[in-house]
Amino acid sequence: MKVFMLGWEFPPYISGGLGTACHGLTKAMSDLGIEIIFVLPKPFQQTTSTHVRMLTPLQVKPWSAAGGEETFGFTQKDLKHVTFYAISSAMQPYTTPQQYQNQIEQIIRQKASQEQLKALGGMEAIAHWLHQAPAELGQGAQYGGDMYTEIHRYAAAAIRLAWQEQFDVIHAHDWMTYPAGIAVAAMTGKPLVIHVHSTEYDRSGENVNQMIYDIERRGMHAATKIIAVSHMTRNIILARYGIMGDKVEVVYNGVERNGDTIAADKIGIRNDEKIILFLGRITMQKGPEYFLMAARKVLEVMDNVKFVMAGSGDMMHRMIEMASQMGIGNKVLFTGFLHGKDVQRVFQMADLYVMPSVSEPFGIAPLEALNFDVPVLISKQSGVAEVLHHVLKVDFWDIQEMANKIVAVLKYPPLQLTLREHGNFEVRKLRWSDAARKCLKVYRETTQAV
Amino acid sequence: MPSVCFYFQVHQPYRLRHYTIFDKTPNYFDDFRNASICRKIANKCYLPTNRMLLDIIRRYEGRFKVAFSITGAALEQFQQFCPEVMSTFDALAQTGCVEFLAETYYHSLSFLYSRREFIEQVNLHVGAIQKLFGQTPRVFRNTELIYSNQLAEVIESMDKFDAVITEGADHVLGHRNSNFVYRPPNCKQLKLLLKNYSLSDDIAFRFGNRQWNEHPLMADKFAAWVNRINGNGQVVNLFMDYETFGEHQWQDTGIFDFMAHLPEEVLKYPDNDFKTPGEVADAYEAMDVVDVPHIISWVDMERDLSAWLGNAMQSNALHEVYRLEKQVRQTCDQRILEDWRKLQTSDHFYYMCTKYFADGDVHKYFNPYDSPYDSYINFMNVLNNLKSRCEQTLPPASCAASSKA
Repeated sequence: MKVFMLGWEFPPYISGGLGTACHGLTKAMSDLGIEIIFVLPKPFQQTTSTHVRMLTPLQVKPWSAAGGEETFGFTQKDLKHVTFYAISSAMQPYTTPQQYQNQIEQIIRQKASQEQLKALGGMEAIAHWLHQAPAELGQGAQYGGDMYTEIHRYAAAAIRLAWQEQFDVIHAHDWMTYPAGIAVAAMTGKPLVIHVHSTEYDRSGENVNQMIYDIERRGMHAATKIIAVSHMTRNIILARYGIMGDKVEVVYNGVERNGDTIAADKIGIRNDEKIILFLGRITMQKGPEYFLMAARKVLEVMDNVKFVMAGSGDMMHRMIEMASQMGIGNKVLFTGFLHGKDVQRVFQMADLYVMPSVSEPFGIAPLEALNFDVPVLISKQSGVAEVLHHVLKVDFWDIQEMANKIVAVLKYPPLQLTLREHGNFEVRKLRWSDAARKCLKVYRETTQAV
Repeated sequence: MPSVCFYFQVHQPYRLRHYTIFDKTPNYFDDFRNASICRKIANKCYLPTNRMLLDIIRRYEGRFKVAFSITGAALEQFQQFCPEVMSTFDALAQTGCVEFLAETYYHSLSFLYSRREFIEQVNLHVGAIQKLFGQTPRVFRNTELIYSNQLAEVIESMDKFDAVITEGADHVLGHRNSNFVYRPPNCKQLKLLLKNYSLSDDIAFRFGNRQWNEHPLMADKFAAWVNRINGNGQVVNLFMDYETFGEHQWQDTGIFDFMAHLPEEVLKYPDNDFKTPGEVADAYEAMDVVDVPHIISWVDMERDLSAWLGNAMQSNALHEVYRLEKQVRQTCDQRILEDWRKLQTSDHFYYMCTKYFADGDVHKYFNPYDSPYDSYINFMNVLNNLKSRCEQTLPPASCAASSKA
């Protein structure tokens, strides 16, 4: 089985769970012996994430045959059967045109991290891209008004790549790649599987961007099969996009077991204060304001507790203002987007990880928290709530109950202990290899159907 | 020859209301839910089954007998929420063919934590049975048939009881079977009645299971199984939750018809009869000593305490409840004492069980909470409030002196 996979972010260049999911899934598929051609837009946003190990590209060669300067091909050491192609593009996974400007600014702010990346060694190619970033900034700003063109440019490049390759099935991750998926499918006649990691309704509530919705809807209708990351997402696909139920399969994400926690780091951060952690993009979808409102309630009955909001996003400034307006500014820390070992550190400091998402198709971060032995409180409006039992669950809007549960974790140590013990055990059952096997099953169904 | 000995357990806990750390009022229990559950089960189980048993007892003119153990918490709620259940139990008591057993009033695990509280609750329950049904219990059953040699010793020292009931667990019986009367090793008079879990569970758990290869279970088949014990046993102890009838096994499984026909089929064999636990203790001598150094119960495959003490939350909650005993008593406040005792009901700790939680099994069915963690949080918040009430209540001088004594 050979798969032509269209993604849009891949570690270390990720801004959210999608890149993590693509990495985990392709790695497990590769272990199953599935060959993958992975096409992704050339990354130029430097917010490296740390949920996943840094990978060293084994060989990097400008891939000039078809795409000219536009594409790069390379492979990664532990992804034996995966070939990567990067198409030069300013595409961002979690972007709406309105957010473009903010992200460009963020890139400027984080230029420092480019130097760090370069220092990691063996990353010349990536560093090379990074150095191009300032040049692309100008272009990026002008794409801001025209993401539609950008997506189709990606699709056109993908078609050129597809000409060169033999494969059995096309697998497209989330809306930015759907047009490319449709185009490649139309050209090659191969079945199209689209993987829905989130929908416009998750990201924007009822204020959907019509253009994105249309792309999503067209992709879903054109697909032979749809993979949803949870039943919650499947329900949205059925209810909002008019898809028949038999076309949509649920494949839960997994998590990689990280055994290499750094014990030494634990020393030195010993603090008598308890730490409640929010980690994720600070956007409407993630419910940061509910976290703050719950924090205020908690502080009514407890004092020695701090609330850490790790991540960045378009609501960050509003959240900083909100915290100070509520008079809890000194109890809430904003860290910005965390990199590398900092994520690990903040997890290790945390007494509880809270994910108050308003609508979370899956939610990989809680799995990572459990992996770090941190108990987890998640909103019932998350797909991951379907698979996790040994966690605390609450409606995202139920601030009183959220605060109640946060206090309980801090006040009753056996709760934390039991959650940690069972949660860490439970999370081991969520493996990428199972997800990969289910995807393979979906592939087989589509190739037989055609 | 074998005597069939039915004993039915009747219990309803005082379920807690949703209680957060921000709640300050001392109203811990969900009256609405407790009332509606009581009424629902009364209509599905207690009322129809009581009426059926009454009918059978009258029809067989003293040859059909059963025993009940009804917790104080259940009796209180029946009186409050569905008095007609009480009147049917009273009618059963009047027939003379129904024996009532003694247990801890609040269906508590007090035996494991406080001897004083245990004995007080047993006496409280004996008093309630005397007052409501006009009989003095002679046989004791501990909460969830929790039992060990030590319990037998304590019960004998109370000088009230002729026998104790517990589970016929294989690992304490060894090569023996549960169909005889036994004796604890450290007791002179006290007898031990052991549940025949195989035949009991045929009715209580497997009856409506269509996958079971004996399904459907008819009264004549079951009577034949009972009769097979002839020659290797004197008594078949069928102990089960009363809610088996109509609640665990729904009416459409045919459980009521089964029960209505069972006496006829059992009594077809001329040697067979029905006896209550007290009568069994009178009729048969102890055949052997059964040594139970470690605690057993009738719950789950493990037949141990792991359903209430299987994780850190459960053991913490239990310890915290009993740690409060001294403070509670010092307040001499009857309401505080009652609230504290209602919190001892074993169900609260059963809800916190994480065993099999992810598999969604029988534990979930009886659980008013979405997760064991929610139940622990709720319970601890209530306990926290009770504790602060104890601290705020200054005991009257006279009372403080007497409680020290």
